[in-house]
This record gives sequence, C-alpha cells and structure tokens, in this order.
Amino acid sequence: MTFLSYLISGISLGSVYAIIALGYTMVYGIAKMLNFAHGDVIMVGAYISFCATSYLGLSPLVSVVLAILVCTVLGIVIERLAYKPLRQAPALAVLITAIGVSYFLQNAALLIWKSDPKTFSAVAGGSIKLFGGELTISAVTIVTVVSCIVIMVGLTLFTGHTKMGTAMRAVSEDKGAAQLMGINVNTTISVTFAIGSGLAAIAGVLLCSAYPTLMPTTGSMPGIKAFTAAVFGGIGSIPGAMLGGILLGVIEIFSKAYISTQLSDAIVFAVLIVVLLVKPDGLLGKHVSEKV
Amino acid sequence: MAMLTVKDLNVYYGMIHALKDVSFEVNQGEIVALIGANGAGKTTTLHTVSGLLAAKSGSVELEGKNITHMPGHQIVRQGMAHVPEGRRVFAGLTVYENLKMGAYTRSDKQEIADELERVYSSFPRLKERSRQLAGTLSGGEQQMLAMGRALMAHPRILLMDEPSMGLSPLFVGEIFKIIEQVNKQGVTILLVEQNAKKALSIANRAYVLETGRIVKSGDAKVLMNDEDIKKAYLGE
Repeated sequence: MTFLSYLISGISLGSVYAIIALGYTMVYGIAKMLNFAHGDVIMVGAYISFCATSYLGLSPLVSVVLAILVCTVLGIVIERLAYKPLRQAPALAVLITAIGVSYFLQNAALLIWKSDPKTFSAVAGGSIKLFGGELTISAVTIVTVVSCIVIMVGLTLFTGHTKMGTAMRAVSEDKGAAQLMGINVNTTISVTFAIGSGLAAIAGVLLCSAYPTLMPTTGSMPGIKAFTAAVFGGIGSIPGAMLGGILLGVIEIFSKAYISTQLSDAIVFAVLIVVLLVKPDGLLGKHVSEKV
Repeated sequence: MAMLTVKDLNVYYGMIHALKDVSFEVNQGEIVALIGANGAGKTTTLHTVSGLLAAKSGSVELEGKNITHMPGHQIVRQGMAHVPEGRRVFAGLTVYENLKMGAYTRSDKQEIADELERVYSSFPRLKERSRQLAGTLSGGEQQMLAMGRALMAHPRILLMDEPSMGLSPLFVGEIFKIIEQVNKQGVTILLVEQNAKKALSIANRAYVLETGRIVKSGDAKVLMNDEDIKKAYLGE
C-alpha cells in the first residue's frame, strides 16, 4: 500500500511538472527559444493567489482565476518587451535575456513580497481514505491530477482542431510559409506565451498547495525540473511534455522513498542523461534534420 | 490595366546589393515570366513583392495600392498569393489542414468549403490524400498541394517560384498545364523559372534578370527566338 501511495504522490508531483513543461515545450515549438523565466512566472502566480486569498479574502477559485489572468498578461508583456526585439538575434542572446528576465522577476518579487517565506494555504482541503483507511489521497492530489488531464485534453483539442491551434503548428514548422498564408506570426507567438504563462499560474497554485512554502525562488527548481521533463519527453511535443513530467515526478518520489532523499535529484538527472544518450530527441521527440 | 507595378526596387542582404532598380509590370490576366540564372535575384524579387523581405527603396503597387511596406501577413488579404520555392508545405500537417491554412484569411465557411471543392477538382490526387501528412507526399504532389494551398486564398494574382524544381518531366508538364488552367480562370500569374523554355512557352511576356538587374524584356514568343537568350538560357 505504501508503494501505491508513493506512486500517487509521484503522479501528482509529475502532473505539476507536466503542466509547467507544457509551457516550455509550446514556447520552444513556436518561438524556438528556451524561456528560462518560465519557472518564475509560476512563483508570481502563486504569490498572486496567496495575496488574493490572504489579503483580499477572495475564495480560492477566484484567486486562481486572478492568478491566471495576471500571469497571462505578464507572459505577453515579457515576450513583447524582452524577446520580440530579439527575434532576429542569435539564440545565445535570447537565452541570456531569458535568464535576465528570470532574475528580474525573482528580485521584483523580493522587493514586493520580501524574503520571508509565506505559508500558502491549499486551494482544496480534505482527503479521501481508501482500503479501510490504509491509503489516503488528499483533495489537492486529486485536483492536481484532474487539472493535468483536463489541460492535456484541452490543449490537444486546441492545437489539433482549432484554426488558431493549426496556425500555431504551421508557424512552428515554417514561419515564412505561415506568413505567406496570412498568419500573423507575432500574434501566434503572443498567444503561445499567454497560454504557457496561464498554465504556469495554475502550476504555481497546485505546487504551493502541495508544498506550502512560498518564496521568491520557489519557481526556479520546479522550473528547471519541468524543463528537464520537456527535454526528457521530447521538446516541442505536447504529449512528450506530459509523459516526461509524470515520469520525472514518479522517479523523483521513488528515489526519495526507496533510495535516498539527498540523492533523488541526482538520480532524476542521471535518468535524463541515460535517456538522451539512447534517444537524443527525447522519448516522443521527432527527429528533425537541419535544413540546408 | 497593370495589376502589379514594381518600380525601381532595391534590396540588400547586408552589404550585398541583391536587386538593382528592378522595375516591371504584370497586367490583369497575363502570365508573366521572370527568368534568369541561379542567384540572379528572381526569388528575392518575389520575396520582396510578397513582403517577406523589406525593400531599401522603390515601390510595389497592387492594383494601384502601395503595398511596399505592408506586413507580409496582410498582403494575402489584398488578393496576392505566393507559392514559395521548394514548396514549403507544412509537413507535419495533413493535406486537408494545409489547404485550410491557405484559406486562413477567409472566414466564410461556405466559401471555404466551395473553394476546397474547386481545388480538389483541379487536383484530384489531393482529395485522395486529404488525411495524409503533407510530408509523406511525393515532390510533384507537394507542388500541387502548395499551389492548391495558395489558391485557397482566392487570389487575383499568384506568384509562383520555381514550380518545376526537382520534378520529373511528366510532373513538370502537368504542373504547367495547371498553371495555364488557373490563368484561364482569371488569375494573373507571375512565374519565376529556371526552366526558361517551359516558362516562355506559356507566358505572354517575360523579363530577364541578370545579377540583380532586368536586362531584357518583351513578348515571350519574341524572347524565345532571341539569339542571346537562346544561347544563355535555352541551351540552343
């Protein structure tokens, strides 16, 4: 029974990674850049939700909606101000800018919310007991896994069956040809950042509901792990981000439970290295040959 | 009446002066060919006309409207579609999705459905393969898809860049037949081709580009018998 409970914790943590990884992978797919500030958007989302419930007395659900709105706008603004001027710049310049944005967000949070950790109250309380009380599943876990499934299905339908979603796939393949179809590439990139950042807000709230300490650096480690998950699954692939996230969460929890708490991160990254040695494009990544 | 008027176009790639005072006209209902060797500036000209590249100076007018500095994605809405060199179909999208993307600027569902039927009747092979990923099509089929996709925008003028490139002679014949058909349906065509013989055989008029400059122009039949052109481009 403990095995099952570890598995459930792993899937739950993995679901949070998966939701974050979706943001990384979608932005990479469309804009061909690694948005290292993505993890810090999670932290902003969590703080917004925290302030809305603690200071404004709003209900958890309203606070989540507010966090999504703020992060969506934040994502669009970051893209417009920091990344759009660098559309033609070398990849390295964009990468450095992304790291800069990450530090900017962390330090802005430090100024606004100070360095003392806030205790985040979970958006959902209670738990259910199964097998005569042997297995306890918290409401947060259920909400997390369900959110992850809903997001996955929603995004798959959006990219597969809507005009905007198809246009996004077209832009990710060939910006020039997409432009010749009349697709506004800048709008598509903005929409991608908006979706990714909105998801980051959800991830922030879910993460802090499970691990309730909120600090300006809260987003950075999950951000890096989710990035790893996206690479693990095959960057640019939506199902890949999902699979990578969940596997990463499960491996992390199992390593903590059965091997060593201290070594768990090392084990996670060792698995990543092995996977990339065997499958350099990630588990579900498509092999794209460079055009000449 | 001039459908497309290009005046004194100058385009640079960094320090390289790629187009030098290029001027030409395409009249309503014509097929105009732009011929020239590799690197003469044919593709650059098309890219500048359809807004993928910015001109340093000069102007592009479509039906009297200045579109020189219009963003590329808005030019389609003005009635111009572009079939790019190398086809550039969206390989990971199905044939059907590619065609839908061609109609991206249109919103009337019935009109799009009718247009799709027209494209399918011109290219029956695309209909057979509508659920297939575009990347799995042969080169000739991809060229058909690229044309069909451009026609989905219901353009009044179609720019075509090297439609014969990499195709078997059989497919080249078929593609050129379709270009003539499309033109008969009232679409003006600006055709860029290395296969000068083929291009001149269907064009009304032609311009010859050499290292970024237009060096000759005139009636296609006359150019076909021009001694210099025969020697340089027709291999006779």
